[in-house]
Amino acid sequence: MAWSPAVRSPAVRQLRFWLTNYRRTWRGSIYSSVLSPLLYLGAMGLGLGTLVDAHGTTRLGGVSYLVFLAPGLLAATAMQTAVGECTYPVFGSVKWNKTYQAAVASPLRPADLFHGHQLFVALRLTMNCAIFLAVAAAFGAVRSPWAIAALPVAILTGVAFATPVEAWSVTRTKDTSLSVIYRFGLIPLFLFSGTFFPVTQLPAWIRPVAYLTPLWHGVALCRALLLGTASLPMALEHVGYLTALAIAGVAWGGRTYRRRLYV
Amino acid sequence: MPGTTALIRARGLTKRFGNFTAVDGIDFELSRGEAFGFLGPNGAGKSSTMRMIGCVSPPTAGTLSIFGLDPVADGPAIRARLGVVPQEDTLDVELTVRENLLVYGRYFGLSRPVIRERSARLLDFVQLADRQDDLVEPLSGGMKRRLTIARSLINEPEALLLDEPTTGLDPQARHAVWDRLFRLKRQGVTLVLTTHYMDEAEQLCDRLVVMDGGRIAAEGSPRELIERYSTPEVLELRFDPGVHENAAEKLAGVPAQRREVLADRVLLYVPDGDAALAGVRSLGLEPLTSLVRRSTLEDVFLRLTGRRLED
Repeated sequence: MAWSPAVRSPAVRQLRFWLTNYRRTWRGSIYSSVLSPLLYLGAMGLGLGTLVDAHGTTRLGGVSYLVFLAPGLLAATAMQTAVGECTYPVFGSVKWNKTYQAAVASPLRPADLFHGHQLFVALRLTMNCAIFLAVAAAFGAVRSPWAIAALPVAILTGVAFATPVEAWSVTRTKDTSLSVIYRFGLIPLFLFSGTFFPVTQLPAWIRPVAYLTPLWHGVALCRALLLGTASLPMALEHVGYLTALAIAGVAWGGRTYRRRLYV
Repeated sequence: MPGTTALIRARGLTKRFGNFTAVDGIDFELSRGEAFGFLGPNGAGKSSTMRMIGCVSPPTAGTLSIFGLDPVADGPAIRARLGVVPQEDTLDVELTVRENLLVYGRYFGLSRPVIRERSARLLDFVQLADRQDDLVEPLSGGMKRRLTIARSLINEPEALLLDEPTTGLDPQARHAVWDRLFRLKRQGVTLVLTTHYMDEAEQLCDRLVVMDGGRIAAEGSPRELIERYSTPEVLELRFDPGVHENAAEKLAGVPAQRREVLADRVLLYVPDGDAALAGVRSLGLEPLTSLVRRSTLEDVFLRLTGRRLED
């Protein structure tokens, strides 16, 4: 038989496909992973931050705007990375290149393709979040050694977006419907989930909506870890919420992948 | 599997999409080493059948067994032993020729040295060795097809499924693909192909089924089908448009097994074309052009369905 003695897990075979693909674009992607936190922390944290700090920062918890902002942007970076990797690349694999159709003609099953891509997304999240943390530390925005725990939390935040978004992307038949997720998901979450200002600044009636969004959970826990104010119960609550979402996305994606590729 | 030596066997195989029945309860069987074809026009249900054999489309009803295994339960195990050349190119155009084979070989769990050795051999075989480090994107349609064939052979499959392998290729590229497929056939690889080109079916298939509207209309070797459903020769006549309309009536005097009046030609199915042409002339009819030829699968299809294959 044509099987090598060390048969790799099917999902890992698909991960290696994405890594082969990534070899073409990794330089540019690292460049933007470094540049983006530099720009945001510079413009918003330092530039806008000076104005904010001049008015007093008690509502930010008594820390400078830069220190307040950095953990929010860390979680938001994870979200953006996840949504970016799980929309057009997934859609393109079904509709443009049809590499998914090629892959399911091999022993791989649709769920293997899904899991393999999620492994790749987890790697991309690890890279981008680690780079972000390093840049934030260089800006002096890290106040606690617990910041190191913010890395897995940020990755988890990304995964909580990645699995359901990918489960949905594979069902799309037109690329225009992907832009919906940016317009009505990504951008509002980015702006109103506590990234740039505390959710308590929002009108009371809309706050519960913010508390339901996965980004808020990621932002809240990353912030507590970078400031060194996290407690175990609040950490468990946020991690539990994000984990539940990630698992629901895995279950959903297993179904949507199968329905899309086994026609 | 008791009581079967068939490599692939289908009984009452059916595929429905909502209210539309793409494959309507077909039976077929094929054994190792055969070159087996599904011949039919677009929409006959050929691709749906192929996708069911390729274990990427669960049958709606009926039974299907491949290598004695069930495609729904044992899909990965069956696919590990199949090669698939899909109708549309599914190559990764952003990767090089060789990277495409590397990625695909890994899907089958093959080690890098094995893939490297086979890639070199396969790229030689499909005459792409000199393009191995080029990106796929700029390759011609014929080269992409040949690369797809090389990719489908990376796991040394026991059966190769080809869905319309030369559709969209120019005649020269098509002949290059046929040549490679013919070599594979000579090497004993089981070929299963769909086509709406009767010359492709005649050249490559030992045995075929004629499909129309999701059903099998006839089965046999190309020669058997022609003997059963057509005459040894066909006389093709073209007349002036004015004469063409009444041609059938006038030609009733010429003995023929069957007459077909097409939009531009009249076909007479006869044992001896030259004798029939003499008969036409003796009636005082002078065609603009006349052609005596042997019957083809196109004639079989016309007889069975009343339509032409490539319409």
